[in-house]
Amino acid sequence: MTIDPKQLRYASTHEWVSVDASGVATIGISAFAVQELTDLVFMALPKIGQKVSAQQEFGEVESVKAVSPLYSPVSGEVVEVHSALVNQLEILGEDPYEQGWIMKVQLSDPSEVEQLLDYPAYQKQCGEAA
Amino acid sequence: MTSSNLSTPLTAWHRANGARFAEFAGYDMPIQYTGIVAEHQATRTAAGLFDISHMGRLRFDGPRADQLLDHLLTRRVTDMKIGQVRYSLVCNEEGGILDDVLVSCLESPSSGQSYFLLVVNASNREKIVKWFQPHLADFPDVTMIDVTDQTAMIAIQGPKAMEICKPLFSTPIEQMGYYKARVTQQMGKATIVSRTGYTGEDGLELIVKAEDAQRVWENLILSGREAGILPVGLGARDTLRLEASMPLYGHELDETIDPFRAGLGFAVNLGDRRFVGSEALESLKSSQAVAVRVGLKLDGMRAARQGTTIIDSDSRVVGTVTSGSHSPTLNQPIAMGYVEPAMAVENLALDVDIRGSRVSAKVCPIPFYRRKSS
Repeated sequence: MTIDPKQLRYASTHEWVSVDASGVATIGISAFAVQELTDLVFMALPKIGQKVSAQQEFGEVESVKAVSPLYSPVSGEVVEVHSALVNQLEILGEDPYEQGWIMKVQLSDPSEVEQLLDYPAYQKQCGEAA
Repeated sequence: MTSSNLSTPLTAWHRANGARFAEFAGYDMPIQYTGIVAEHQATRTAAGLFDISHMGRLRFDGPRADQLLDHLLTRRVTDMKIGQVRYSLVCNEEGGILDDVLVSCLESPSSGQSYFLLVVNASNREKIVKWFQPHLADFPDVTMIDVTDQTAMIAIQGPKAMEICKPLFSTPIEQMGYYKARVTQQMGKATIVSRTGYTGEDGLELIVKAEDAQRVWENLILSGREAGILPVGLGARDTLRLEASMPLYGHELDETIDPFRAGLGFAVNLGDRRFVGSEALESLKSSQAVAVRVGLKLDGMRAARQGTTIIDSDSRVVGTVTSGSHSPTLNQPIAMGYVEPAMAVENLALDVDIRGSRVSAKVCPIPFYRRKSS
């Protein structure tokens, strides 16, 4: 599987989403978010079977400086969690779009994905924030 | 980028060199350049360069300047000799801490007269100036000038700081002892240099004219390049001072905290002295402490930030965290806070409540980090 950041959808809170043919969304955080956070030391992940809702907190990421919530860009049930990531957060800096995925969610409302930002819109938002 | 916040004489350099900014005490200050951990490690192993121009700088001239300051500071000033620096507190009548300061006794190169320089916290500068003003009326021969805006302040800290600075100064600064200061020149630029800092490392703090700041800063960067010097933002300044367990106003110190609770009794000279707050401090010194400043080391990787409650094994709240962060040197979360005196026992197991989850912690001696004596 090769993930092209240009093909992903993004939440304004910097999470990315990639949906496969069976309606399972892979979710992570963008390279811009990782760069802004810097010096990550901790990540709290959800549990398999947990229900998540769009725009609701599902976990947190902590840097030396501060704690930031992670928001789910979509609604559904968590079917897989990248638990190995917690002990190697540096992966997020190297490869946030493949090795750095955080969780997979079985979508309960696939139409939510359409409401997320596409790559140009997300880039524009990051440009305005920088 | 435009901003209504204050800037320092080095702000343009920080922008040109990729710093990230945040507002601190009304100033746009660099928080980090390369990253907090890299800047922290550079300071512990080589040298870090800090723009601390936001700190307030007040100059006191006049034959009775020492008596004015002796009346306002918890530390004795009247016996200070030229070249000495002391850490002191400014307390209110109740013994609450208004600020923590460094006072230096210096000699003016032009007049040969001695004068005093007070470095105060940026966030307290206005408050302290207002606090001092009515007392100045009782000392008509003393002038107080706020020289913050016409000067810049730069710290260079780390095991290689002195060797980096040595070739740049007109006097042998390496012979200057800890907590000593003098007026000298760096590459022809008038500089007040003091062997002090806020990182737990050896090093210097420099005060120069605002228009010389960039040249002095760049001289230090160039001189330290081979040694591995890095510019360091306020992010790593905070983790460095936390490891060294130095208090920060607004965290460990405020007007409700007295010096003894804060573990700063050494900065209070009582005895025959009468100064603002001395009566309250006499009675506080002999009364039972209500809380003690301690260090905590936490399990796991989540940090306990300011305001986190500290809980004992019976689920009773026994204290509050005042500062907490990941420690780059120890690679674990550390914190300082105030606990009931009975809880200030080394290795005592306590919990902290981090956003609803209990995390185990152990009381530990402070400072967390002490440099090897050279």
